[in-house]
Amino acid sequence: MRLFIYLVTFVFFSSTAIAQIDPVLLRRMVKDTSGMLLNMDAVYNRPFLQSGKLPVALGGYAEANYQYFQKDGVSEGHQFQMRRLTLFVSSSISKRIKFLSEIEFEDGTKEINIEFGSVDFEFAPLFNLRGGIVMNPIGAFNQNHDGPKWEFIDRPVSATQMLPATWSNIGFGLFGKKYTKNWVYAYEAYLTNGFDDKIIDNAESKTFLPASKENKNRFEESANGSPLFTGKVAVRKRGIGELGLSYMGGIYNKYQADGLVLDKKRSVNVFAIDFNTTLATINTYITAEWAWVNVDVPETYTEQFGSKQQGGFIDFVQPVIRKPVLGFDKSIINVALRLEYVDWNRGRFKSSGDNIGDELFSIVPAISWRPTAQTVIRLNYRYNWQKDILGNPPAKLAGFQFGVSTYF
Amino acid sequence: MKKTIILSIIILSITGIIACQKILPKAPPEDALLDGPVEGLSYEEHRRFLAGDVAFNDEIFTSANGLGPVFVATSCGSCHAGDGKGHPFTTLTRFGQVDSTGNRFLHLGGPQLQNRALPGYMPEQIPAGATFSNFMPPANTGLGFLELVTDADILAMADPTDVNGDGISGVPNYEYLPPFVTPFTNAIARNGKYIHRFGKKAAAYNLLQQTVNAYNQDIGITSTFQPKDVYTGLNIEPEVSDVTVHHVVFYLQTLKAPIQRNQNDADVIKGKSLFIQTGCEGCHKQTLKTDISTIAPLSNKTFHPYTDLLLHDMGPGLDDGYTEGSAKTAEWRTPPLWGLGLSPNSQGGKYFLLHDGRAKSIEEAILLHGGEAQQSKNKFIQLSTQEKNNLLKFLASL
Repeated sequence: MRLFIYLVTFVFFSSTAIAQIDPVLLRRMVKDTSGMLLNMDAVYNRPFLQSGKLPVALGGYAEANYQYFQKDGVSEGHQFQMRRLTLFVSSSISKRIKFLSEIEFEDGTKEINIEFGSVDFEFAPLFNLRGGIVMNPIGAFNQNHDGPKWEFIDRPVSATQMLPATWSNIGFGLFGKKYTKNWVYAYEAYLTNGFDDKIIDNAESKTFLPASKENKNRFEESANGSPLFTGKVAVRKRGIGELGLSYMGGIYNKYQADGLVLDKKRSVNVFAIDFNTTLATINTYITAEWAWVNVDVPETYTEQFGSKQQGGFIDFVQPVIRKPVLGFDKSIINVALRLEYVDWNRGRFKSSGDNIGDELFSIVPAISWRPTAQTVIRLNYRYNWQKDILGNPPAKLAGFQFGVSTYF
Repeated sequence: MKKTIILSIIILSITGIIACQKILPKAPPEDALLDGPVEGLSYEEHRRFLAGDVAFNDEIFTSANGLGPVFVATSCGSCHAGDGKGHPFTTLTRFGQVDSTGNRFLHLGGPQLQNRALPGYMPEQIPAGATFSNFMPPANTGLGFLELVTDADILAMADPTDVNGDGISGVPNYEYLPPFVTPFTNAIARNGKYIHRFGKKAAAYNLLQQTVNAYNQDIGITSTFQPKDVYTGLNIEPEVSDVTVHHVVFYLQTLKAPIQRNQNDADVIKGKSLFIQTGCEGCHKQTLKTDISTIAPLSNKTFHPYTDLLLHDMGPGLDDGYTEGSAKTAEWRTPPLWGLGLSPNSQGGKYFLLHDGRAKSIEEAILLHGGEAQQSKNKFIQLSTQEKNNLLKFLASL
């Protein structure tokens, strides 16, 4: 792992050094501007930089921000955060064999993850093989999560605190796309390693799919020997937008060891729908995702760990100024709004019949300035209402965030 | 153009900074909260309080750090949201003891039912023939004050033979101390037994015993004080450190006393007067005082918990046929009424009162009183609607 990072760093800085000597050696890879890209294309739809005739292209993005939050009158004060530094390396091994990797440093070097590291074999438009570390295509955000693409500093709560974005696993699968005149249809289907018992045995004290990300061994061995299936179908019509339907499911618990049965097989099932469009008349960009989680939680366990969850978000982004600003010729200033909701525990208490709480609603107005398409300066205000499991009066959290995010 | 943009940014920034204080959520009024430390702690004591706060409210137990495998809750805070009363979801069950001779079902999992279990394990069941009672988790606030009431003061409130003829007796719960508990220096023992004061049946001597038992019986966590695993019955390595236990004890000792609201409201003042007239104060003693303490803000203080820390016969309606220590099955320790009006803030917006949460309002709780409280209840019933409302308003102000 470390060797790989050194190698990537060496290649990256070597190419940069060359660029400083002779900038013409650097060239941006041609991006698809057809307007028919899907969320599944996000992994390759990034600004890569290629040096000379090297078959390797490099890229990455960084996110840093300042924030000041207050929860029911109590604040942790002023916080500066380096949330992410992500490096991409892509390579065309042959005309129809590609490799791409994404390595992310989160919160400085607190977490280092390989979020993507797959080889793609292109056999036919509707039949391509992908193998390696893949991003499970559940919802849209998991695959399309790069910071510079969003007007909001925080990632959607439903995507990261209910769904486990960014959720990557080792596995294999097929994907393909078919274009007609104004339509594009696509599918993805993968079998990967998956979740483990931690989703209902964690310090969050709630059913929490992201808890399985703590298991670093999942890139080496499956927790229970049962593959996780993730599949998605998506369709886009020019001028209307993209609709995606996805499913992820499998056995999550360790039901046997050394040939001994420890428990019955317990499943986790996730369904998601995502949609994005641009309103042609006023150029408003809308993106939304909603997901449902069902987990087979033992009846004899605590109701704190819910068997049903749901949540999602909707973002509105409205460009308001499109003209040169402070010398940036293609500058765009946007106003934006995110609404999000998560219910980590749907249902009623057996003891009282009362509704189980454990839910969050938040509203995030934002202003962003894009001096270039690849860079964003963002000012967000967030207001959260979060209820505990008993449904007591909600804790209120609000604050400001200011940050920058850019591809490089 | 450039100047306009820069000027706009400056104006927006200044406006934003000024607006910050207006649009950030403010702290609720101090008298609306049950958590928070007593005033006057030293820096060092504040650190200990915070360490205890984290252990109590933030430390979640999982299979990795010792939860269960059979348990009732996964953390201290899950039963006492905001340090307030619990909810039917967090109510625990005790079984197996019918008189002062002790619990006959200890070998079958008594005294507490661990009604939940990690996946792959089976939770406990109440054994056939065992009587049981459900206990609603109490609020934690002001416990340090209650711990410092002297045995002499408790005994002064007792009237076992009802000498004054008011129908209220009141007896302490005498019980042996567990090996890890040291009696208070001014403790008054009787035949080797000491006056206990915490819990529904006053079966816990002090906050150390209460804390150790809660870790063990509620969460299935062993300690050097209580090394027996609730599932296997075997002594195992401690799953919580002594330091953490002491921090939690300190946190419980130094949580502030609830602050009464609307004290000067005319209805509340009338209600308080009616509370005394109807004889409620016979058990729910308004004022107690603490002994000397090494924690200065708790030392020699007068406070208003509305309890006498004694056991009272509450009549057959509240007799579940289960008891602890020397208490009889119909006897319950007088619960402190301070913080009563804030109960819905930790009970999901509703009231779940009395020992098992069966009363859904303060009035219903009064009407379910019996035994030694029968006379007071009768007087309450005879009050006019306005007077009842005043009395209920007073209780909700606590």
